[in-house]
Amino acid sequence: MTTSNLHMYVLAAPLLTALFVNMLGRVSRSYVAPLVLGALGFSTLASLGVLSRVLDQGSYSYTVGNWAPPMGIELIIDPLSALMLVLISSVALLASFSALPMVAKEQAGKEHLFFTLYLILIAGLMGLVMTGDAFNLYVLLEITSITTYGLIAMGKGRAPLASFNYIIMGSIGACFYLLGVGYLYILTGSLNMADIAQILPQLGGDAAMATALCFILVGLWIKMALFPLHGWLPNAYSLAPTGAGLLVAPLMTKVTIYLMVRVMFSIFGADYLFVQNPLVQSGMVWLATAAIICASCLALAQRNLKRMLTYIIIAEVGYMVGGVWLANSTGLSGAILHIVNDALMTLCLFLAAAAIAYRVGSLDFDNLQGLYKRMPITMAAFTVGAFSMIGIPPTAGFFSKWYLILGGIEAGHWEYVVALLFSSLINAILFFRIIAIAYFRKEGDHARLQREEAPLIMQGPLILTAATLIVIGLGSGPLVRGIIKLALPVGF
Amino acid sequence: MSYQSSIWPLAAVLISLLGALPILASDRRPNLRESWTILIAFGKVVIVASMLPTVLNGGGFVFTIAEVIPNVPIQLRVDAMGMFFALVASILWLFTSLYSIGYMRALDEHDQTRYFASFAVAISATLGVAFSANLLTLYLFYEMLSLSTYPLVTHHQDAEARTSGRKYLTYILGTSIGFALPAMLITYQLAGTLDFTQGGILAASGADASTLALILVLFIFGFAKAGIMPFHGWLPAAMVAPTPVSSFLHGVAVVKVGVFSILRVIFHIFGPDLLLQVHLGTVITTLASATILIASLVALTQDNLKRRLAYSTIGQLSYMVLGAGMLTAVGMTGGLLHIAMHAFGKITLFFCAGAIYVAAGKKYISQMDGLGKRMPITYLAFFFGSLSIIGMPPFGGFISKWNLATGAIESGQLILLLVLLVSSLLNALYFFPIVYRGFFMPAAEGEPDGIKEAPLFCLIPLSITALCSLGLFFWPGLFLRLARMAVGL
Repeated sequence: MTTSNLHMYVLAAPLLTALFVNMLGRVSRSYVAPLVLGALGFSTLASLGVLSRVLDQGSYSYTVGNWAPPMGIELIIDPLSALMLVLISSVALLASFSALPMVAKEQAGKEHLFFTLYLILIAGLMGLVMTGDAFNLYVLLEITSITTYGLIAMGKGRAPLASFNYIIMGSIGACFYLLGVGYLYILTGSLNMADIAQILPQLGGDAAMATALCFILVGLWIKMALFPLHGWLPNAYSLAPTGAGLLVAPLMTKVTIYLMVRVMFSIFGADYLFVQNPLVQSGMVWLATAAIICASCLALAQRNLKRMLTYIIIAEVGYMVGGVWLANSTGLSGAILHIVNDALMTLCLFLAAAAIAYRVGSLDFDNLQGLYKRMPITMAAFTVGAFSMIGIPPTAGFFSKWYLILGGIEAGHWEYVVALLFSSLINAILFFRIIAIAYFRKEGDHARLQREEAPLIMQGPLILTAATLIVIGLGSGPLVRGIIKLALPVGF
Repeated sequence: MSYQSSIWPLAAVLISLLGALPILASDRRPNLRESWTILIAFGKVVIVASMLPTVLNGGGFVFTIAEVIPNVPIQLRVDAMGMFFALVASILWLFTSLYSIGYMRALDEHDQTRYFASFAVAISATLGVAFSANLLTLYLFYEMLSLSTYPLVTHHQDAEARTSGRKYLTYILGTSIGFALPAMLITYQLAGTLDFTQGGILAASGADASTLALILVLFIFGFAKAGIMPFHGWLPAAMVAPTPVSSFLHGVAVVKVGVFSILRVIFHIFGPDLLLQVHLGTVITTLASATILIASLVALTQDNLKRRLAYSTIGQLSYMVLGAGMLTAVGMTGGLLHIAMHAFGKITLFFCAGAIYVAAGKKYISQMDGLGKRMPITYLAFFFGSLSIIGMPPFGGFISKWNLATGAIESGQLILLLVLLVSSLLNALYFFPIVYRGFFMPAAEGEPDGIKEAPLFCLIPLSITALCSLGLFFWPGLFLRLARMAVGL
């Protein structure tokens, strides 16, 4: 059957192309762009094929190299992982259109190195969302992390230092995760998620199991930058090369949240997490509440567009973690929908920021004056992304926030509801501050500003992403009904 | 009531939204650009009017745009109440478009293309609110209106505009996200739907009185465009906008969208019966009465003509909310009717304020001595408009105030009648001195003599709206009938 291993092509395309980019890119820089775009374009199409097949014929699992689980590595292709594949490949494709000219400008001469890491990172992310093996997940997590360290370190100025900071934190996170998996292996003698999930309930929730859960979650929280474990993220993401930020900012935290959902429901199960340990469950919602409020307030203090966006990313992590731990289907649907929406709106804002950086250079607030006149199309798309972050209908952000808040009301977690509304208001302040700066001109500057847009190759994906935000918003009914409801774990 | 599926509600909303594109495209050809504006305004009136006969016959139209949340689609629906508001808004937009052309050209304003395009989006949002079939759709267009008016409020792009723009958004967006959105979500959680239904959707939910009171107050303050105190501060601040914006948006569209939203919630989310049952009518009438009296008193102290009009608007808006809060059919009719009557009166007053600024360059009432002799038509129109707002016969305002007074008596709350009477007196006190100064006080030294009116593009619309205020006393039939249908009489 040819379609049943279509998902392997999705993953193999960027992985193999990484090799060619490195080799051929040395010969001539002109090979890089067609190779990258070709590979990711292929991945996007193939992932759409995978999604339609899953929706058509149901989930399936795939054993890599025909080694039977629990020994061999098992890949799980269900609606949720197929949706994530589509998300990763399309976001990566859109980001690379804009990343190509930015890298040529900022990292001239190193394009082949940059895009080698870039493609391996994408392949790693794709592997992460498919894998059904707890140890394999660790390996892929490290592949994505190490490539990200490299990408960030290619930035200018203090970027290598930020990358080093990230390496330390990231490695601690990876250790925690690995320790947790070790405990699980000692308990069950297995590394296959489905296998572990079958054995664990028979053991009765003892302290070793709780320790395993704790280690795994803390490891993932460091990787997803859940407040107060977020310290590495603002510097790493804002000092990274613009091209790297375009890929890493929309995807990394979102994929890690997906992993948390995976580990929680595919290994430990809703019953153990929510019913047997209600205190942990409500404690997590409170932690998410604190994350949202603190990160939003920290965002207020920033005077640079990109740094502000990084703190918003941290606040959004709180949104999704809280939604998952609300322990009801509305909240979980909201969290999954928000993974998609947040990836797209972060992409939209980072694409706009890249376009502005391309023309203006610095992203400090003071340099953004008069931008609506200079770059009207970029700023229009930026405005759509900003509205989505604030949660103004009919942009996508409104609808995921709707489910999240509704889930909070359903669960009776009013603190989380208040935090979401508070964060929306802060986002409104943050973005309208920028909109006002860009809308008004410098005092006493009466010269007619010239229009100078970013190149078309950067504008195209930006406009497309902004339009997608509205389309996904209007289509959120079918999206939730048709895909996300199927993706919820059994019992929800 | 039966609704037939039709594309016309969508067309009525979209015509000006899509119309913003040719307006933007003809940036360098002002005459073509203004032709588009007028063409779209005419088209809008025609589309809305074409749906009128069906609505009067007890029918209606419906169009579903997208299914977004279980049981809550983004849906447009034309019923009597929506038709009432859409008719007022689209007719007055036509006059405002003509007036804008005269005003903006006479003052040689900058960025006129952005101005006309934002205006077109704003009127689309207004019709969207009028034709919303449920609370979510209403919220969508409500926010769209807030955002599209930001460039209009800050049109001058100076420090004052910046401050006012910030204040405008803080109030409008802050309350809608902070109050209206959670109220909407709690309503959805309780009722499982947000559809506007005759008799309300919350009655069946079995929520207790304190929850209902909380939701009600969140909604009333959440729709801060209605200017219920203490969330009224944005309206005087928004007066920095060019006068056509103040006249149409802050006399008619934006503020009445706020009132309309509150009325929708009272009529079709709670339902008058439920509110009577849990005695929440007094919450509404108390908030409205306080706003009416305080705003009228503050208006007395304002020397800037537009700010005086703004405070007058705040007071008058609460008349409409007050009428709805009486929870009797007559009072509710009066409240709804006052949307139309006040709209024609107040837009005339703002048009006159703009005409005075264009022709004489004056903003402050204390400088307007003797101006009536130079601008007799404008001042006569101003007189007409103020009489209508005060509620004197033979002007339209009398009809709505009559209904409001009857409603107050019927509901047995004579204190509300007293509020209405005191407020009318205060209205007269802050309007008549303006007219008196204009006609009877001698002009200051050095002021030119002779008649000098504003351009015809300004003068004709304000004369027509002034005459409409007069005509609505004799022929209120259409609006009265729609208002009665809306409250189920």
